[in-house]
Amino acid sequence: MSKPFLSVERLSQTFPDGAGGMLTVFENASFGIEKGEFVCILGHSGCGKSTIMNVLAGLAEPSAGVVKMDGVAVSGPSLDRGVVFQNYSLLPWLSALKNVTFGIKARYRSWSREKVVEHATQYLAMVGLEGDVIHRKPSQLSGGMRQRVSIARAFANQPKLLLLDEPFGALDALTRGTIQEELLKIWSQTEQTVFMITHDIDEAILLADRILLMTNGPFARIAESVEITIPRPRRRTEIVEHPNYYAIRNHLVQFLGKRSKELAGRASGGESQSPEPVRIDLTAPNDDPEPAPQKPILHAVNG
Amino acid sequence: MLSVNKRAALLSVVLLIVALGAWEISVTRQVMGEALTEYEILMGVGQPRAAVPPPSDVIIKAWEQLSNPFYDNGPNDKGIGIQLAYSLYRVLSGFALAAALAIPLGFLIGMSPVAYKALNPFIQVLRPISPLAWMPLALFIIQDSEASAIFVIFICSVWPMLLNTAFGVAGVRSDWVNVARTHELGSLRTALTVILPAAAPTILTGMRISIGIAWLVIVAAEMLVGGTGIGYYVWNEWNNLDLTSVIFSILMIGLVGMVLDTIFATLQRAVTYAE
Repeated sequence: MSKPFLSVERLSQTFPDGAGGMLTVFENASFGIEKGEFVCILGHSGCGKSTIMNVLAGLAEPSAGVVKMDGVAVSGPSLDRGVVFQNYSLLPWLSALKNVTFGIKARYRSWSREKVVEHATQYLAMVGLEGDVIHRKPSQLSGGMRQRVSIARAFANQPKLLLLDEPFGALDALTRGTIQEELLKIWSQTEQTVFMITHDIDEAILLADRILLMTNGPFARIAESVEITIPRPRRRTEIVEHPNYYAIRNHLVQFLGKRSKELAGRASGGESQSPEPVRIDLTAPNDDPEPAPQKPILHAVNG
Repeated sequence: MLSVNKRAALLSVVLLIVALGAWEISVTRQVMGEALTEYEILMGVGQPRAAVPPPSDVIIKAWEQLSNPFYDNGPNDKGIGIQLAYSLYRVLSGFALAAALAIPLGFLIGMSPVAYKALNPFIQVLRPISPLAWMPLALFIIQDSEASAIFVIFICSVWPMLLNTAFGVAGVRSDWVNVARTHELGSLRTALTVILPAAAPTILTGMRISIGIAWLVIVAAEMLVGGTGIGYYVWNEWNNLDLTSVIFSILMIGLVGMVLDTIFATLQRAVTYAE
Protein backbone atom coordinates (compact mmCIF):
# COMPACT_ATOMS: atom_id res chain seq x y z
CA MET A 1 0.00 0.00 0.00
CA SER A 2 1.52 3.30 -1.08
CA LYS A 3 1.74 6.07 1.41
CA PRO A 4 -0.78 8.88 1.04
CA PHE A 5 0.25 12.50 0.49
CA LEU A 6 -0.17 13.34 4.14
CA SER A 7 0.23 10.60 6.67
CA VAL A 8 -0.24 10.96 10.38
CA GLU A 9 1.46 8.12 12.20
CA ARG A 10 0.82 7.07 15.79
CA LEU A 11 0.21 10.60 16.98
CA SER A 12 -0.25 11.01 20.75
CA GLN A 13 -0.83 14.06 22.85
CA THR A 14 -0.73 14.20 26.64
CA PHE A 15 -0.97 17.20 28.92
CA PRO A 16 -0.42 17.53 32.65
CA ASP A 17 -3.92 17.31 34.16
CA GLY A 18 -3.11 19.81 36.91
CA ALA A 19 -3.38 17.14 39.63
CA GLY A 20 0.04 15.61 39.17
CA GLY A 21 -1.08 13.08 36.55
CA MET A 22 -1.15 13.14 32.80
CA LEU A 23 -4.23 13.58 30.64
CA THR A 24 -4.14 11.68 27.38
CA VAL A 25 -6.07 13.60 24.75
CA PHE A 26 -5.52 10.97 22.08
CA GLU A 27 -2.91 8.32 21.46
CA ASN A 28 -1.55 6.41 18.50
CA ALA A 29 -3.88 8.15 16.11
CA SER A 30 -3.07 7.31 12.50
CA PHE A 31 -4.72 8.48 9.30
CA GLY A 32 -3.90 9.70 5.85
CA ILE A 33 -5.06 12.31 3.36
CA GLU A 34 -4.62 12.04 -0.40
CA LYS A 35 -3.52 14.90 -2.59
CA GLY A 36 -6.40 17.13 -3.66
CA GLU A 37 -8.72 15.58 -1.11
CA PHE A 38 -11.09 17.59 1.10
CA VAL A 39 -11.27 15.97 4.52
CA CYS A 40 -13.41 17.15 7.41
CA ILE A 41 -13.00 16.04 11.00
CA LEU A 42 -16.11 15.93 13.19
CA GLY A 43 -16.24 15.48 16.92
CA HIS A 44 -17.44 16.97 20.15
CA SER A 45 -15.68 19.89 21.83
CA GLY A 46 -12.63 18.89 23.80
CA CYS A 47 -11.94 15.68 21.87
CA GLY A 48 -8.66 17.05 20.55
CA LYS A 49 -9.56 18.14 17.01
CA SER A 50 -7.84 21.46 17.48
CA THR A 51 -4.82 19.76 18.98
CA ILE A 52 -4.47 17.60 15.86
CA MET A 53 -4.85 20.73 13.76
CA ASN A 54 -2.15 22.56 15.72
CA VAL A 55 0.21 19.62 15.31
CA LEU A 56 -0.45 19.52 11.55
CA ALA A 57 0.11 23.29 11.37
CA GLY A 58 3.36 22.92 13.30
CA LEU A 59 2.17 25.29 16.03
CA ALA A 60 2.27 22.52 18.65
CA GLU A 61 4.56 19.58 19.20
CA PRO A 62 2.94 16.17 19.67
CA SER A 63 3.96 14.07 22.67
CA ALA A 64 4.70 11.21 20.29
CA GLY A 65 4.26 10.29 16.66
CA VAL A 66 5.06 11.95 13.36
CA VAL A 67 3.30 13.77 10.58
CA LYS A 68 4.73 13.11 7.14
CA MET A 69 3.98 15.18 4.10
CA ASP A 70 5.19 13.80 0.76
CA GLY A 71 7.11 11.25 2.81
CA VAL A 72 9.03 13.86 4.81
CA ALA A 73 8.41 14.36 8.52
CA VAL A 74 7.29 17.90 9.23
CA SER A 75 8.28 19.99 12.21
CA GLY A 76 7.45 23.59 12.95
CA PRO A 77 5.16 25.87 10.96
CA SER A 78 5.70 26.17 7.24
CA LEU A 79 4.35 28.03 4.23
CA ASP A 80 3.51 24.61 2.77
CA ARG A 81 0.76 24.28 5.35
CA GLY A 82 -1.60 27.26 5.29
CA VAL A 83 -3.95 27.85 8.18
CA VAL A 84 -7.33 29.59 8.38
CA PHE A 85 -8.08 30.29 12.01
CA GLN A 86 -11.55 30.37 13.53
CA ASN A 87 -11.14 33.99 14.63
CA TYR A 88 -9.86 35.03 11.17
CA SER A 89 -6.52 36.27 12.58
CA LEU A 90 -6.34 39.16 10.18
CA LEU A 91 -3.86 41.87 11.07
CA PRO A 92 -6.20 44.74 12.03
CA TRP A 93 -3.83 47.53 11.01
CA LEU A 94 -3.69 46.30 7.40
CA SER A 95 -6.40 46.58 4.76
CA ALA A 96 -8.01 43.41 3.37
CA LEU A 97 -5.73 43.60 0.33
CA LYS A 98 -2.61 44.17 2.43
CA ASN A 99 -3.52 41.20 4.61
CA VAL A 100 -3.48 39.00 1.52
CA THR A 101 -0.32 40.55 0.06
CA PHE A 102 1.32 40.07 3.48
CA GLY A 103 1.03 36.32 2.94
CA ILE A 104 2.00 36.37 -0.73
CA LYS A 105 5.10 38.48 -0.04
CA ALA A 106 6.19 35.92 2.54
CA ARG A 107 5.59 33.05 0.11
CA TYR A 108 6.95 34.51 -3.13
CA ARG A 109 9.72 36.86 -2.08
CA SER A 110 11.01 37.47 -5.59
CA TRP A 111 7.69 38.67 -7.01
CA SER A 112 7.31 42.31 -8.03
CA ARG A 113 4.84 44.55 -6.18
CA GLU A 114 2.46 44.63 -9.15
CA LYS A 115 2.45 40.86 -9.44
CA VAL A 116 1.77 40.44 -5.72
CA VAL A 117 -1.13 42.90 -5.82
CA GLU A 118 -2.55 41.33 -8.97
CA HIS A 119 -2.38 37.84 -7.44
CA ALA A 120 -4.02 39.06 -4.23
CA THR A 121 -6.79 40.87 -6.09
CA GLN A 122 -7.48 37.75 -8.12
CA TYR A 123 -7.88 35.56 -5.04
CA LEU A 124 -10.01 38.16 -3.24
CA ALA A 125 -12.26 38.23 -6.30
CA MET A 126 -12.56 34.42 -6.11
CA VAL A 127 -14.20 34.75 -2.69
CA GLY A 128 -16.41 37.58 -3.92
CA LEU A 129 -14.48 40.59 -2.62
CA GLU A 130 -13.99 43.20 -5.31
CA GLY A 131 -13.78 46.96 -5.65
CA ASP A 132 -13.38 49.39 -2.76
CA VAL A 133 -14.09 46.72 -0.14
CA ILE A 134 -10.58 45.31 -0.44
CA HIS A 135 -9.08 48.58 0.77
CA ARG A 136 -11.05 48.50 4.02
CA LYS A 137 -9.56 47.54 7.37
CA PRO A 138 -10.89 44.32 8.97
CA SER A 139 -12.76 46.35 11.60
CA GLN A 140 -14.80 47.88 8.77
CA LEU A 141 -15.75 44.46 7.38
CA SER A 142 -18.48 42.09 8.51
CA GLY A 143 -17.55 38.75 10.08
CA GLY A 144 -18.30 36.94 6.83
CA MET A 145 -16.13 39.28 4.80
CA ARG A 146 -13.27 38.93 7.28
CA GLN A 147 -13.37 35.16 6.97
CA ARG A 148 -13.42 35.52 3.17
CA VAL A 149 -10.25 37.60 3.38
CA SER A 150 -8.69 34.97 5.62
CA ILE A 151 -9.61 32.22 3.15
CA ALA A 152 -8.26 34.27 0.24
CA ARG A 153 -5.00 34.81 2.14
CA ALA A 154 -4.61 31.07 2.70
CA PHE A 155 -5.50 30.00 -0.87
CA ALA A 156 -3.40 32.76 -2.46
CA ASN A 157 -0.32 31.20 -0.90
CA GLN A 158 -1.07 27.92 -2.67
CA PRO A 159 0.09 25.76 0.22
CA LYS A 160 0.41 22.01 -0.25
CA LEU A 161 -2.02 21.48 2.59
CA LEU A 162 -4.66 23.90 3.78
CA LEU A 163 -5.86 23.64 7.37
CA LEU A 164 -9.19 25.19 8.30
CA ASP A 165 -9.96 25.41 12.00
CA GLU A 166 -13.74 25.78 12.30
CA PRO A 167 -13.64 28.62 9.80
CA PHE A 168 -17.37 29.27 9.92
CA GLY A 169 -17.91 28.74 13.64
CA ALA A 170 -18.42 32.42 14.42
CA LEU A 171 -20.72 33.18 11.48
CA ASP A 172 -24.50 33.24 11.27
CA ALA A 173 -26.19 30.42 9.34
CA LEU A 174 -26.99 32.42 6.20
CA THR A 175 -23.53 33.89 5.83
CA ARG A 176 -22.07 30.48 6.53
CA GLY A 177 -24.04 28.97 3.64
CA THR A 178 -22.77 31.58 1.19
CA ILE A 179 -19.16 31.25 2.24
CA GLN A 180 -19.31 27.46 2.14
CA GLU A 181 -20.18 27.76 -1.53
CA GLU A 182 -17.42 30.32 -2.04
CA LEU A 183 -15.04 27.86 -0.43
CA LEU A 184 -16.22 25.03 -2.70
CA LYS A 185 -15.78 27.27 -5.72
CA ILE A 186 -12.25 28.36 -4.85
CA TRP A 187 -11.34 24.81 -3.85
CA SER A 188 -12.56 23.33 -7.14
CA GLN A 189 -10.54 25.94 -9.04
CA THR A 190 -7.32 25.27 -7.16
CA GLU A 191 -7.40 21.53 -6.40
CA GLN A 192 -6.05 22.25 -2.97
CA THR A 193 -5.69 19.53 -0.33
CA VAL A 194 -7.85 20.62 2.59
CA PHE A 195 -8.17 19.40 6.16
CA MET A 196 -10.99 21.10 8.03
CA ILE A 197 -12.37 20.98 11.56
CA THR A 198 -16.09 21.50 11.92
CA HIS A 199 -18.97 21.00 14.34
CA ASP A 200 -21.56 21.13 11.63
CA ILE A 201 -22.69 17.81 10.07
CA ASP A 202 -24.38 19.40 7.05
CA GLU A 203 -21.37 21.55 6.38
CA ALA A 204 -19.11 18.50 6.47
CA ILE A 205 -21.34 16.54 4.04
CA LEU A 206 -21.51 19.49 1.65
CA LEU A 207 -17.78 20.10 1.57
CA ALA A 208 -15.92 16.89 2.24
CA ASP A 209 -14.77 13.91 0.21
CA ARG A 210 -14.34 12.09 3.45
CA ILE A 211 -15.30 12.75 7.06
CA LEU A 212 -13.19 11.57 9.97
CA LEU A 213 -15.27 10.89 13.06
CA MET A 214 -13.66 11.40 16.42
CA THR A 215 -14.84 9.87 19.69
CA ASN A 216 -15.04 11.86 22.92
CA GLY A 217 -11.93 12.29 25.00
CA PRO A 218 -9.91 11.45 26.96
CA PHE A 219 -8.27 8.70 24.93
CA ALA A 220 -10.15 10.05 21.94
CA ARG A 221 -9.62 8.27 18.68
CA ILE A 222 -10.53 8.77 15.09
CA ALA A 223 -12.97 5.89 14.89
CA GLU A 224 -14.36 6.06 11.39
CA SER A 225 -13.63 7.50 8.02
CA VAL A 226 -16.90 8.05 6.18
CA GLU A 227 -16.77 8.51 2.44
CA ILE A 228 -19.25 11.05 1.09
CA THR A 229 -20.77 9.29 -1.90
CA ILE A 230 -22.48 12.33 -3.36
CA PRO A 231 -21.14 13.48 -6.72
CA ARG A 232 -19.70 16.92 -7.23
CA PRO A 233 -20.36 19.69 -8.00
CA ARG A 234 -22.59 19.85 -4.96
CA ARG A 235 -25.06 22.56 -4.11
CA ARG A 236 -26.69 22.93 -0.72
CA THR A 237 -30.16 22.91 -2.19
CA GLU A 238 -29.54 19.83 -4.32
CA ILE A 239 -27.57 17.43 -2.15
CA VAL A 240 -30.47 17.03 0.30
CA GLU A 241 -32.36 15.29 -2.49
CA HIS A 242 -29.63 12.78 -3.16
CA PRO A 243 -30.57 9.31 -1.85
CA ASN A 244 -27.30 8.98 0.04
CA TYR A 245 -27.64 12.29 1.87
CA TYR A 246 -29.89 11.21 4.72
CA ALA A 247 -28.27 7.80 5.03
CA ILE A 248 -24.90 9.44 5.58
CA ARG A 249 -26.39 12.13 7.75
CA ASN A 250 -28.16 9.60 9.98
CA HIS A 251 -24.96 7.63 10.32
CA LEU A 252 -23.07 10.76 11.43
CA VAL A 253 -25.81 11.85 13.82
CA GLN A 254 -25.92 8.38 15.38
CA PHE A 255 -22.17 8.42 15.80
CA LEU A 256 -21.98 11.87 17.39
CA GLY A 257 -25.10 11.31 19.48
CA LYS A 258 -24.38 7.82 20.80
CA ARG A 259 -21.36 5.95 19.65
CA SER A 260 -18.84 8.76 20.24
CA LYS A 261 -19.55 8.26 23.96
CA GLU A 262 -19.62 4.48 23.85
CA LEU A 263 -16.29 4.29 22.07
CA ALA A 264 -14.63 6.90 24.27
CA GLY A 265 -12.17 6.49 27.10
CA ARG A 266 -10.36 3.33 26.05
CA ALA A 267 -6.62 3.28 26.04
CA SER A 268 -5.14 1.98 22.82
CA GLY A 269 -2.89 -0.55 24.57
CA GLY A 270 -0.04 0.45 22.32
CA GLU A 271 -1.90 -0.40 19.11
CA SER A 272 -1.90 2.05 16.24
CA GLN A 273 -5.43 3.27 15.83
CA SER A 274 -6.64 3.88 12.32
CA PRO A 275 -10.15 4.90 11.42
CA GLU A 276 -12.40 2.17 10.08
CA PRO A 277 -13.44 3.04 6.52
CA VAL A 278 -17.21 3.40 6.01
CA ARG A 279 -18.90 3.68 2.65
CA ILE A 280 -22.62 4.31 2.43
CA ASP A 281 -23.99 4.24 -1.10
CA LEU A 282 -27.66 3.48 -1.70
CA THR A 283 -27.23 4.05 -5.41
CA ALA A 284 -24.68 1.24 -5.70
CA PRO A 285 -25.69 -1.79 -7.85
CA ASN A 286 -25.94 -4.23 -4.92
CA ASP A 287 -28.30 -1.75 -3.22
CA ASP A 288 -27.68 -2.97 0.29
CA PRO A 289 -30.42 -1.54 2.51
CA GLU A 290 -28.17 -1.71 5.57
CA PRO A 291 -25.32 0.72 5.23
CA ALA A 292 -22.38 -1.58 5.54
CA PRO A 293 -18.67 -0.84 5.55
CA GLN A 294 -17.14 -1.64 2.22
CA LYS A 295 -13.72 -1.48 0.84
CA PRO A 296 -12.97 2.24 0.59
CA ILE A 297 -11.44 3.97 -2.35
CA LEU A 298 -9.24 5.91 -0.02
CA HIS A 299 -7.28 3.98 2.47
CA ALA A 300 -6.50 4.91 5.99
CA VAL A 301 -2.91 4.45 6.94
CA ASN A 302 -1.71 1.86 9.31
CA GLY A 303 1.38 3.04 11.11
CA MET B 1 -29.15 76.49 18.68
CA LEU B 2 -25.37 76.38 18.44
CA SER B 3 -23.49 73.12 18.16
CA VAL B 4 -21.81 71.62 21.22
CA ASN B 5 -18.37 72.72 20.02
CA LYS B 6 -19.44 76.29 19.44
CA ARG B 7 -21.14 76.49 22.82
CA ALA B 8 -18.06 75.07 24.51
CA ALA B 9 -15.81 77.60 22.72
CA LEU B 10 -18.10 80.41 23.76
CA LEU B 11 -18.04 79.23 27.37
CA SER B 12 -14.22 79.03 27.28
CA VAL B 13 -13.98 82.63 26.09
CA VAL B 14 -16.44 83.78 28.78
CA LEU B 15 -14.49 81.95 31.49
CA LEU B 16 -11.23 83.49 30.24
CA ILE B 17 -12.67 87.01 30.27
CA VAL B 18 -14.21 86.55 33.73
CA ALA B 19 -10.97 85.11 35.16
CA LEU B 20 -8.78 87.84 33.65
CA GLY B 21 -11.24 90.50 34.75
CA ALA B 22 -11.30 89.22 38.33
CA TRP B 23 -7.52 89.09 38.33
CA GLU B 24 -7.23 92.63 36.92
CA ILE B 25 -9.64 94.05 39.53
CA SER B 26 -8.21 92.18 42.51
CA VAL B 27 -4.69 93.46 41.83
CA THR B 28 -5.04 97.02 43.11
CA ARG B 29 -2.89 99.47 41.31
CA GLN B 30 -0.80 101.70 43.46
CA VAL B 31 -1.84 105.24 42.75
CA MET B 32 0.53 108.02 43.55
CA GLY B 33 -1.13 110.26 46.09
CA GLU B 34 -0.40 113.90 46.74
CA ALA B 35 3.10 115.15 46.90
CA LEU B 36 5.12 113.47 49.60
CA THR B 37 6.97 115.19 52.30
CA GLU B 38 10.75 114.95 52.28
CA TYR B 39 10.56 112.66 55.32
CA GLU B 40 8.20 110.28 53.53
CA ILE B 41 10.47 110.18 50.50
CA LEU B 42 13.44 109.39 52.69
CA MET B 43 11.43 106.59 54.36
CA GLY B 44 10.72 105.04 50.94
CA VAL B 45 6.96 105.47 51.12
CA GLY B 46 6.76 106.51 47.47
CA GLN B 47 8.50 103.35 46.21
CA PRO B 48 6.11 100.93 44.55
CA ARG B 49 5.59 97.80 46.59
CA ALA B 50 6.23 94.56 44.80
CA ALA B 51 2.92 93.05 43.76
CA VAL B 52 1.47 90.47 41.42
CA PRO B 53 1.15 92.24 38.07
CA PRO B 54 -2.26 92.52 36.43
CA PRO B 55 -2.98 90.53 33.25
CA SER B 56 -2.83 93.63 31.13
CA ASP B 57 0.88 93.98 32.02
CA VAL B 58 1.44 90.31 31.18
CA ILE B 59 -0.25 90.76 27.79
CA ILE B 60 1.91 93.78 27.03
CA LYS B 61 4.99 91.81 28.07
CA ALA B 62 3.95 88.88 25.91
CA TRP B 63 3.51 91.18 22.94
CA GLU B 64 6.99 92.68 23.44
CA GLN B 65 8.62 89.27 23.88
CA LEU B 66 6.81 87.50 21.10
CA SER B 67 7.37 90.28 18.57
CA ASN B 68 11.12 89.80 19.01
CA PRO B 69 11.62 86.29 20.38
CA PHE B 70 15.19 85.66 19.23
CA TYR B 71 17.19 88.68 20.40
CA ASP B 72 20.41 88.00 22.26
CA ASN B 73 21.83 90.72 24.53
CA GLY B 74 24.29 88.56 26.45
CA PRO B 75 23.97 85.68 28.93
CA ASN B 76 21.22 87.20 31.09
CA ASP B 77 19.07 88.72 28.40
CA LYS B 78 17.99 86.40 25.63
CA GLY B 79 14.65 86.27 23.83
CA ILE B 80 11.98 83.76 24.91
CA GLY B 81 12.36 81.91 21.59
CA ILE B 82 16.04 81.24 22.24
CA GLN B 83 15.33 80.02 25.78
CA LEU B 84 12.57 77.69 24.63
CA ALA B 85 14.77 76.40 21.82
CA TYR B 86 17.48 75.47 24.35
CA SER B 87 14.94 73.64 26.51
CA LEU B 88 13.43 71.82 23.53
CA TYR B 89 16.88 70.83 22.33
CA ARG B 90 17.66 69.24 25.74
CA VAL B 91 14.27 67.58 26.02
CA LEU B 92 14.34 66.16 22.53
CA SER B 93 17.92 64.87 22.71
CA GLY B 94 17.37 63.24 26.12
CA PHE B 95 14.09 61.82 24.90
CA ALA B 96 15.61 60.48 21.66
CA LEU B 97 18.41 58.75 23.59
CA ALA B 98 15.85 57.26 25.96
CA ALA B 99 13.70 56.01 23.06
CA ALA B 100 16.76 54.51 21.35
CA LEU B 101 17.44 52.45 24.47
CA ALA B 102 13.95 51.84 25.85
CA ILE B 103 12.19 50.59 22.72
CA PRO B 104 14.67 47.81 21.76
CA LEU B 105 15.11 46.85 25.41
CA GLY B 106 11.36 46.89 25.93
CA PHE B 107 11.01 44.53 22.95
CA LEU B 108 13.48 42.14 24.55
CA ILE B 109 11.72 42.28 27.91
CA GLY B 110 8.32 41.89 26.32
CA MET B 111 9.34 38.89 24.24
CA SER B 112 11.30 37.04 26.90
CA PRO B 113 9.73 36.13 30.24
CA VAL B 114 13.24 35.45 31.60
CA ALA B 115 14.49 38.92 30.69
CA TYR B 116 11.33 40.39 32.18
CA LYS B 117 11.75 38.61 35.49
CA ALA B 118 15.48 39.34 35.62
CA LEU B 119 15.21 43.06 34.88
CA ASN B 120 11.97 43.81 36.72
CA PRO B 121 13.53 44.32 40.20
CA PHE B 122 16.00 46.88 38.83
CA ILE B 123 13.29 48.72 36.96
CA GLN B 124 11.04 48.81 40.02
CA VAL B 125 13.81 50.33 42.17
CA LEU B 126 15.09 52.82 39.59
CA ARG B 127 11.73 53.98 38.29
CA PRO B 128 10.42 55.85 41.37
CA ILE B 129 13.64 57.88 41.80
CA SER B 130 13.04 61.57 41.18
CA PRO B 131 15.10 62.40 38.10
CA LEU B 132 16.58 65.44 39.86
CA ALA B 133 18.10 63.18 42.49
CA TRP B 134 20.47 61.97 39.77
CA MET B 135 21.71 65.49 39.12
CA PRO B 136 24.66 65.63 41.59
CA LEU B 137 25.89 62.22 40.49
CA ALA B 138 25.48 63.17 36.84
CA LEU B 139 27.35 66.45 37.36
CA PHE B 140 30.19 64.65 39.10
CA ILE B 141 30.52 61.81 36.60
CA ILE B 142 29.81 63.68 33.37
CA GLN B 143 31.51 66.91 34.51
CA ASP B 144 29.33 68.92 32.15
CA SER B 145 26.16 70.72 33.13
CA GLU B 146 24.71 70.64 29.62
CA ALA B 147 25.13 66.88 29.29
CA SER B 148 23.89 66.38 32.86
CA ALA B 149 20.63 68.12 32.06
CA ILE B 150 20.20 65.87 29.02
CA PHE B 151 20.98 62.86 31.19
CA VAL B 152 18.27 63.86 33.66
CA ILE B 153 15.78 64.07 30.80
CA PHE B 154 16.98 60.69 29.54
CA ILE B 155 16.56 59.01 32.91
CA CYS B 156 13.07 60.39 33.50
CA SER B 157 11.71 59.54 30.05
CA VAL B 158 13.21 56.08 29.77
CA TRP B 159 10.86 54.31 32.21
CA PRO B 160 7.41 54.93 30.76
CA MET B 161 8.70 54.01 27.29
CA LEU B 162 10.46 50.89 28.55
CA LEU B 163 7.50 49.60 30.54
CA ASN B 164 4.92 50.42 27.89
CA THR B 165 6.97 48.83 25.12
CA ALA B 166 7.44 45.68 27.19
CA PHE B 167 3.75 45.62 28.10
CA GLY B 168 2.65 46.22 24.52
CA VAL B 169 4.97 43.59 23.09
CA ALA B 170 4.02 40.98 25.70
CA GLY B 171 0.34 41.63 25.02
CA VAL B 172 0.44 41.02 21.25
CA ARG B 173 -2.27 38.49 20.47
CA SER B 174 -0.87 35.01 19.99
CA ASP B 175 -3.06 34.64 16.86
CA TRP B 176 -1.06 37.34 15.12
CA VAL B 177 2.21 35.78 16.17
CA ASN B 178 0.87 32.46 14.83
CA VAL B 179 0.11 34.16 11.52
CA ALA B 180 3.75 35.22 11.39
CA ARG B 181 4.87 31.70 12.30
CA THR B 182 2.73 29.98 9.68
CA HIS B 183 4.15 32.42 7.12
CA GLU B 184 7.70 31.45 8.11
CA LEU B 185 8.70 34.98 9.01
CA GLY B 186 12.06 35.32 10.75
CA SER B 187 12.42 36.99 14.15
CA LEU B 188 13.35 40.38 12.72
CA ARG B 189 10.55 40.39 10.14
CA THR B 190 8.06 39.22 12.78
CA ALA B 191 9.21 42.00 15.09
CA LEU B 192 8.95 44.68 12.40
CA THR B 193 5.87 43.61 10.46
CA VAL B 194 3.68 42.07 13.18
CA ILE B 195 4.77 42.91 16.71
CA LEU B 196 5.78 46.53 16.14
CA PRO B 197 2.51 47.58 14.47
CA ALA B 198 0.52 45.54 16.99
CA ALA B 199 2.27 47.15 19.97
CA ALA B 200 2.65 50.61 18.40
CA PRO B 201 -0.36 52.21 20.15
CA THR B 202 0.90 51.11 23.57
CA ILE B 203 4.46 52.20 22.74
CA LEU B 204 3.21 55.61 21.60
CA THR B 205 1.26 55.97 24.84
CA GLY B 206 4.53 55.42 26.71
CA MET B 207 6.28 58.00 24.52
CA ARG B 208 3.50 60.51 25.15
CA ILE B 209 3.78 60.03 28.92
CA SER B 210 7.58 60.34 28.66
CA ILE B 211 7.60 63.58 26.69
CA GLY B 212 5.14 65.04 29.22
CA ILE B 213 7.36 64.11 32.15
CA ALA B 214 10.48 65.32 30.32
CA TRP B 215 8.90 68.73 29.79
CA LEU B 216 7.96 68.91 33.47
CA VAL B 217 11.47 67.97 34.56
CA ILE B 218 13.42 70.24 32.21
CA VAL B 219 12.19 73.38 34.01
CA ALA B 220 13.49 72.16 37.36
CA ALA B 221 16.70 70.82 35.82
CA GLU B 222 17.48 74.14 34.14
CA MET B 223 16.81 76.02 37.37
CA LEU B 224 19.63 73.91 38.81
CA VAL B 225 22.14 73.93 35.97
CA GLY B 226 21.46 77.50 34.88
CA GLY B 227 22.80 79.35 31.90
CA THR B 228 20.09 78.90 29.31
CA GLY B 229 16.65 77.44 28.87
CA ILE B 230 13.14 78.27 29.95
CA GLY B 231 13.71 76.97 33.50
CA TYR B 232 16.70 79.23 33.90
CA TYR B 233 14.69 82.09 32.42
CA VAL B 234 11.94 81.69 35.05
CA TRP B 235 14.47 81.64 37.87
CA ASN B 236 16.43 84.55 36.45
CA GLU B 237 13.31 86.72 36.16
CA TRP B 238 12.42 85.78 39.76
CA ASN B 239 15.85 87.03 40.80
CA ASN B 240 15.15 90.22 38.82
CA LEU B 241 11.79 90.42 40.64
CA ASP B 242 10.16 90.68 37.22
CA LEU B 243 6.96 88.81 38.01
CA THR B 244 5.40 89.83 34.71
CA SER B 245 8.07 87.86 32.88
CA VAL B 246 7.66 84.95 35.30
CA ILE B 247 3.94 84.73 34.60
CA PHE B 248 4.53 85.10 30.88
CA SER B 249 7.10 82.28 30.85
CA ILE B 250 4.80 80.03 32.91
CA LEU B 251 2.19 80.45 30.19
CA MET B 252 4.77 79.69 27.50
CA ILE B 253 5.80 76.48 29.31
CA GLY B 254 2.16 75.41 29.28
CA LEU B 255 1.73 76.22 25.60
CA VAL B 256 4.85 74.35 24.48
CA GLY B 257 3.89 71.37 26.66
CA MET B 258 0.49 71.33 25.01
CA VAL B 259 2.06 71.40 21.53
CA LEU B 260 4.38 68.49 22.41
CA ASP B 261 1.47 66.47 23.76
CA THR B 262 -0.64 67.23 20.70
CA ILE B 263 2.13 66.01 18.40
CA PHE B 264 2.33 62.68 20.22
CA ALA B 265 -1.44 62.39 20.44
CA THR B 266 -1.56 62.78 16.64
CA LEU B 267 1.13 60.11 16.17
CA GLN B 268 -0.77 57.85 18.56
CA ARG B 269 -3.98 58.25 16.57
CA ALA B 270 -2.08 57.48 13.37
CA VAL B 271 -0.92 54.05 14.61
CA THR B 272 -4.06 53.08 16.54
CA TYR B 273 -6.14 50.36 14.91
CA ALA B 274 -9.60 49.04 15.66
CA GLU B 275 -9.94 45.31 16.25
